[in-house]
Amino acid sequence: MKTTRRDFIKITSMGAGGLAIATTPLLNWIPGFLKDDSEIPDDATLKRTATYCEVCFWKCAAWTYTDKKGKIVKLIGNKDDQQSNGRLCPRGTGGLGMYYDNDRLKKPLIRRKGKRGETDYFEEASWDEALDLIADNMQRIKEKYGPECVALFSHGSGTSHFAHMLKAFGSTNIAAPSYAQCRGPREVGFDATFGESVGSPEPLDIRNTKCMVLIGSHIGENMHNGQVQEMSQAIENGATIITVDPRFSTAASKSKIWLPIKPATDLALLLAWIHIIIYDELYDKKYVKKYTYGFEQLKNHVKTFTPEWAATETGLDPNKIRDAAYEMGHASPSVIVHPGRHVTWYGDDTQRSRAIAILNALLGSYGKRGGFYIAEKFKIPKYPHPPYPKPKRTWRDAFPGSYKLVNEVISSGVCEATIPNKMINEEDTCNFKAWLVYGTNLISSLPDISNTLDAINHLEFIAVIDTMPMEITGWADVVLPEATYLERYDMLRVLKHRKPSVALRAPATKPLYDSKPGWWIAKQIGERLGLHEFFKFENIEEELDWQLKKIGSSLEEMKKIGVKTFDRTYDDLYYRDGEDLEFNTNTGKIELYSTAMAEEGYDPMPVYTKHPQAAPGYYRFIYGRAPMHTFGKTVNNPYLFDLMDENSVWVNPKVAKEWDLKNGQKIWLKNQDGIIATFPVKVRITERIRSDSVYVVHGFGHNNKKMGLKRSDGRGMSDTEMITNVMNDKISGGTGMRGNFVTFLSEKPTKKQTV
Amino acid sequence: MRYGMAIDTKKCVGCSDCVVACQTENNVPHGYSRDWISETVEGTYPELALEIRSERCNHCDNTPCVRTCPTGASHVIEGGIVKVTHEECIGCGACIESCPYDARYFHPDGYVDKCTFCDHRIKNGQDPACVAVCPTHCMYFGDLDDPNSEVAKKIATRKTKVLAPEAGTKPQIFYLI
Repeated sequence: MKTTRRDFIKITSMGAGGLAIATTPLLNWIPGFLKDDSEIPDDATLKRTATYCEVCFWKCAAWTYTDKKGKIVKLIGNKDDQQSNGRLCPRGTGGLGMYYDNDRLKKPLIRRKGKRGETDYFEEASWDEALDLIADNMQRIKEKYGPECVALFSHGSGTSHFAHMLKAFGSTNIAAPSYAQCRGPREVGFDATFGESVGSPEPLDIRNTKCMVLIGSHIGENMHNGQVQEMSQAIENGATIITVDPRFSTAASKSKIWLPIKPATDLALLLAWIHIIIYDELYDKKYVKKYTYGFEQLKNHVKTFTPEWAATETGLDPNKIRDAAYEMGHASPSVIVHPGRHVTWYGDDTQRSRAIAILNALLGSYGKRGGFYIAEKFKIPKYPHPPYPKPKRTWRDAFPGSYKLVNEVISSGVCEATIPNKMINEEDTCNFKAWLVYGTNLISSLPDISNTLDAINHLEFIAVIDTMPMEITGWADVVLPEATYLERYDMLRVLKHRKPSVALRAPATKPLYDSKPGWWIAKQIGERLGLHEFFKFENIEEELDWQLKKIGSSLEEMKKIGVKTFDRTYDDLYYRDGEDLEFNTNTGKIELYSTAMAEEGYDPMPVYTKHPQAAPGYYRFIYGRAPMHTFGKTVNNPYLFDLMDENSVWVNPKVAKEWDLKNGQKIWLKNQDGIIATFPVKVRITERIRSDSVYVVHGFGHNNKKMGLKRSDGRGMSDTEMITNVMNDKISGGTGMRGNFVTFLSEKPTKKQTV
Repeated sequence: MRYGMAIDTKKCVGCSDCVVACQTENNVPHGYSRDWISETVEGTYPELALEIRSERCNHCDNTPCVRTCPTGASHVIEGGIVKVTHEECIGCGACIESCPYDARYFHPDGYVDKCTFCDHRIKNGQDPACVAVCPTHCMYFGDLDDPNSEVAKKIATRKTKVLAPEAGTKPQIFYLI
């Protein structure tokens, strides 16, 4: 299949001699502005302001360029930044679209009457009224139920302002879907093995690796900038890439070995690899002997997991399984079995992550060049404030005895503990009564939408702070419009990397409309709650300057350089050969056999469980990323919308033939629970997907036109709608989302499920 | 002096950063672009190959677009860069029809627009915006006549191809395959 340019960019041409009209005239392109290319300003004539990107969590440091009139013209990576190395990804380059998006939230909104979700009753309000309403409700709930009954869901840099406010208020229930809906299981799995979680960015020495194994991780489609850059360097250096994916991903196309695995059988493959590496003696003997605990138990545990056994489970060629293991073994210790990032798949995800961690341990790659480096972070003192009050209760009280290995808040757990009859501990009174939602569209980021809405409808109060009218804003009582990252200060980006560094975000321009920066909003709510002692700074510049002076810099200096990188203070980048090490586990060793898991009653070594496969006429529903979008939050960005304005459903040609589907045909997906997608999706017939699975890019099918989200409305389908079967990971609290199956409807269904 | 590019298809992930960078650098309106991504899939599951290419004007040696332009708006400048003088362009579209690469489009301001190799940047010693931004470093720009330039070295040492060689346009963008 060849994609032509015409498919890619829709050019509205009126033919020879005619003119085309831009359909969405936007602020940044002024008709007639450019008489000739020679009028494009030299960089030297532009002003640049330090920032770090907020389009995804990678937070690349960058410069915002403004012209003589103060108009933002472009964003360029900061060359001194280890995350971007001077080069942003398409989302970062197109980040100015967040500022120019005319669908932005413009004024505070209050729903004056009616029920949650009845968007007709929203009215514009003054900041004073909206902030008073939030503070009054928080105060009322504090007095009636206790401050712990207010929870914060958040994503992004502004979290720190609201988290500070909430802790000062008396609640530590601060949850981010980036944990239980994303990387939670791997953090628990690695922690149980190495005594520390992986963290972000993952400390992977990709640029020096000889072999990298990707298991469902599609670098290049997920644009984690530094990793994409380093993978490119690794390819240039001739490194071997091995990709395990039911889809021929971009990364798979760059791989020496692609293993098109039957979905949900990854753990069988990993156990077979452990088997081969142990029994064919491909492991790093010195490393394993010196640093690990439980080798003999593991050896015994994987005795029967031969490649031939795994082949029957995974549908893969046993010789290819063996070849891949030998590639890893020969590259040891310069090998990376990538921990992945979005790993909440089948409910046994902590165990799969454990198997990945064990493989890395056997190959001796943890703490070694070309494997995992030892990242270092600079400690930044916090602006002085009184100690936070100690909360009497936390979200954990709703789940007695569970999640003891979990170090972060499980967002779906907070959601569960909001619905009284779903609480595991009915006696407990830490039942959430109010949510503050900052920068995360819970309708799209939490699985099982009906459950999320059930929780929201049980709340006494919900406020949403965002830059865009995402679906969650429609369910709020109060909506606050935040200024975009290009219009505001935030706290420093404190980066844990090869070298510790900090980066500044400063506003390049004044906030558009009636939007305000997050730090100001949090301080205003805090002051109204009588928490002035926690907000003693006049403004954030004062707070930043105080912090920066404590580490030998200043706001003035950071405005000029954007990024400041410090020398490492503690260890080398890698473990020295034969160095004595103590890991933060019960045994002080890397635990191949996890004593912590055993104590909690979990399998101390990963056990393979069979998961259901698709019923006839149904296909496993797989979702992933496109390089130009972050979750659902960027689809409305005019620059990124231009690059990809809808998703499509990838269907194998055999399946298309069976169902008589045509390329580009609009169909509706229906899942195993009878849920039908609100919006249709175009068929993309491609050999790049197995015939038992279909694939869509996450984050499309927006349905919030009433609140002003217009450009992306109804473009493509929402994968979240199809995720109603959630396979919970008992160990990490992760919500496994890959156990859903869909079938095709070619006619518009009469009964529509609406959000 | 002959400007050209080499683009490494082994490294390109098709992220489209080159497209956005061009749009913001050159003030290209939304809905239009001077460069774009193409993908070619070959084979049947599971024996597959995928080639991803960042494409744009090939700044050809043999330029049908310049030949067919009735006003002289389309022209070649030093280094072989094909340009359009906006004010001389009457928007007749003959160049668009003649280009085998579909590299030109009608700008809503009433002229035909296309890649300039960012000549306003290269005169300052900068790479074109697409090359400078690419996170995979898959694009190389420079003087093809200079055997010591990085671009000339890449072309000399790697297997290459050009697009639509049968059109006889002698394109100056080389894909490393």
